[in-house]
Amino acid sequence: MKTRTLLLVVFALVFSVAVHAQDDVFRVAAVAPSATNDLAFSQSMFDALTMIDEEMGDAFEFTFTEGVFVVDDAAVALRDWAASGEYDLIIAHGSQYGAILEELAPEFPEVSFAWGTDVNTFGLENVYAYTAAAEEGGFINGVLAASISQSGILGVVGPIEVGDAKAYIDGFQAGAAYANPDVEVLVTYIQSFSDVPLATEAAAAHVANGADVLTGSAQMVVGPIAVAQENEIPWFGTQSSQAELAAESGVAFQVYRWDVILRDMIANIQGGVLGGEAFVLTLENGGLEIQVSESLDEESASIITDAIATLTEGIVSGEVVVFPEDPMATPEAGS
Amino acid sequence: MIEEIFTASVFASTLRLATPYIFAAVGETFSQKSGVLNLGLEGVMLMGAFAAFYAVHATGSVIIGLLAALIVGALMGLATAFVSVTLQAEQGISGIGIYLFGLGMSELLFVRLIGTPVSVEGFSRIYIPVLSDIPVIGEIFFNHNLLVYAAFLLVPAAAFVLNRTTFGLMIRAVGQNPEAADAMGVNVARVRYMTVTIAGTLAGLAGASLSIALLNVFQQNLTSGLGFIAVALVYFGRWTPLGVLLGSLLFSFVNALQLQIGSIGIEIPSEFAVMAPYVITIIALVFASKRAEKPTALTKPFRRGD
Repeated sequence: MKTRTLLLVVFALVFSVAVHAQDDVFRVAAVAPSATNDLAFSQSMFDALTMIDEEMGDAFEFTFTEGVFVVDDAAVALRDWAASGEYDLIIAHGSQYGAILEELAPEFPEVSFAWGTDVNTFGLENVYAYTAAAEEGGFINGVLAASISQSGILGVVGPIEVGDAKAYIDGFQAGAAYANPDVEVLVTYIQSFSDVPLATEAAAAHVANGADVLTGSAQMVVGPIAVAQENEIPWFGTQSSQAELAAESGVAFQVYRWDVILRDMIANIQGGVLGGEAFVLTLENGGLEIQVSESLDEESASIITDAIATLTEGIVSGEVVVFPEDPMATPEAGS
Repeated sequence: MIEEIFTASVFASTLRLATPYIFAAVGETFSQKSGVLNLGLEGVMLMGAFAAFYAVHATGSVIIGLLAALIVGALMGLATAFVSVTLQAEQGISGIGIYLFGLGMSELLFVRLIGTPVSVEGFSRIYIPVLSDIPVIGEIFFNHNLLVYAAFLLVPAAAFVLNRTTFGLMIRAVGQNPEAADAMGVNVARVRYMTVTIAGTLAGLAGASLSIALLNVFQQNLTSGLGFIAVALVYFGRWTPLGVLLGSLLFSFVNALQLQIGSIGIEIPSEFAVMAPYVITIIALVFASKRAEKPTALTKPFRRGD
């Protein structure tokens, strides 16, 4: 009797593990440094996973751990996920996680990892890297900003001078100069991704110095957006749509569509390729999307939309070069 | 060049940046003067900021928002006092606990009740006839919202209470020699409860000054370390409201200055510019600490008969 019970238990365990391993559900776990509603970097990935979840239905599940800026804390989560064997893809969404991923991935060769923003897979067959050619949308926003500026002075608030934030701001400056070589772009990096009060005063300083258009990157831009709203001056955003917060001042937002590359990753993993490739969001592959604010009047929206279409076409075709003096300047380290 | 750097907007920005520091650090001065270190200021500020923001978001009234921040700050202060005074827990560790509670709870409430960053109609700038129109002076001093003025008025009021009233005398006595104060009939625990609650209330107000007056938005971890700097400013200010004011202004001025230098494109590495306020504060702190009149009983729980 005891033997029969034992056999039943063993059978049940083996059966449940086998079913779990062979089911058709694609499971993803992701960790990100800020909140999923940050209107910026982390939200862009959360939105992409949500979109894929809606597309794939029961065949897809994901878990998202937000607000893990401390790398050591993220390392614990990543290791637990990898060791559990439950996930087909583990995403470390933040360039600060690169070092721990490089250490962790070789220990779990059967698990696929992805991280960004960066293009370095560390030569590992189970690591994907991803980044965004943020300079492309930055260039378009820069052209538009310079075109609508009356003072010829544009204000930019950045976090730390690395990754896609730097790429966006460099592109913005290039675009502004492309539209108007005399335009002045005031740039302040506040050395923080989260210091809203400081970012707010940085934007206020730009406005006091004559800027009549503002932009910025990272999650602390909620402050500069408030400054734009208060001073009734145009705001250009990046990473996610900030249309709701910048309801009256928003003009255009570069939105990261990580879902474009996630689909490729999922297809690769399902085909047995666990990594070894770097993906880049671009205007050409649809990973970068420039959204026009719905608050604009019909005529303005039409002009802006046409300009975005023309510039996008120019960048995709190569007729418009974002960095003519340094065409290889693409982001290498992430945000 | 000098005119480009030291503009009226830099000084106006200094006053705005200093506002939350003044509220929080003056409150912390009361607490530390009585012998209780409250490292949880940051968490209380976050809860105050959220409470104010949520109340304004729900009702549209900045007065209700202000009251919400004051009440939540006072409750957090009472909780801190219960842990530090009644339970006599180690103040540094319990303060970190209060901070983590405020950080997590404000985030949870924000995600559940609001969801995504939105703006509210907060305190608007007050136009003062004639004064606001004075060139330079008007822009620097008379172009702010109510809470900025309140912060600066708080300093002499706090100095008066601490130095010229019986309550202030009891606070100082409890912070310097609680045994002697107890022997003189002062209820040490009650005084400490009151000062820690004052600190919590003002920390809540500091949070509200961000979320419904200076920024008019809320985001997770909105204060971003501001509460810890406020604690340092109490040491910098040698446990006096005036010293705290000077420290807050110095720190904020250097911050405003580095933003202006960055904005007008002077070639200084941004890392160095951002570091400058902290370096200057640390240097000033070193010199200030040597002459500091630190409350003797700071961080020491009081047990009658010890």
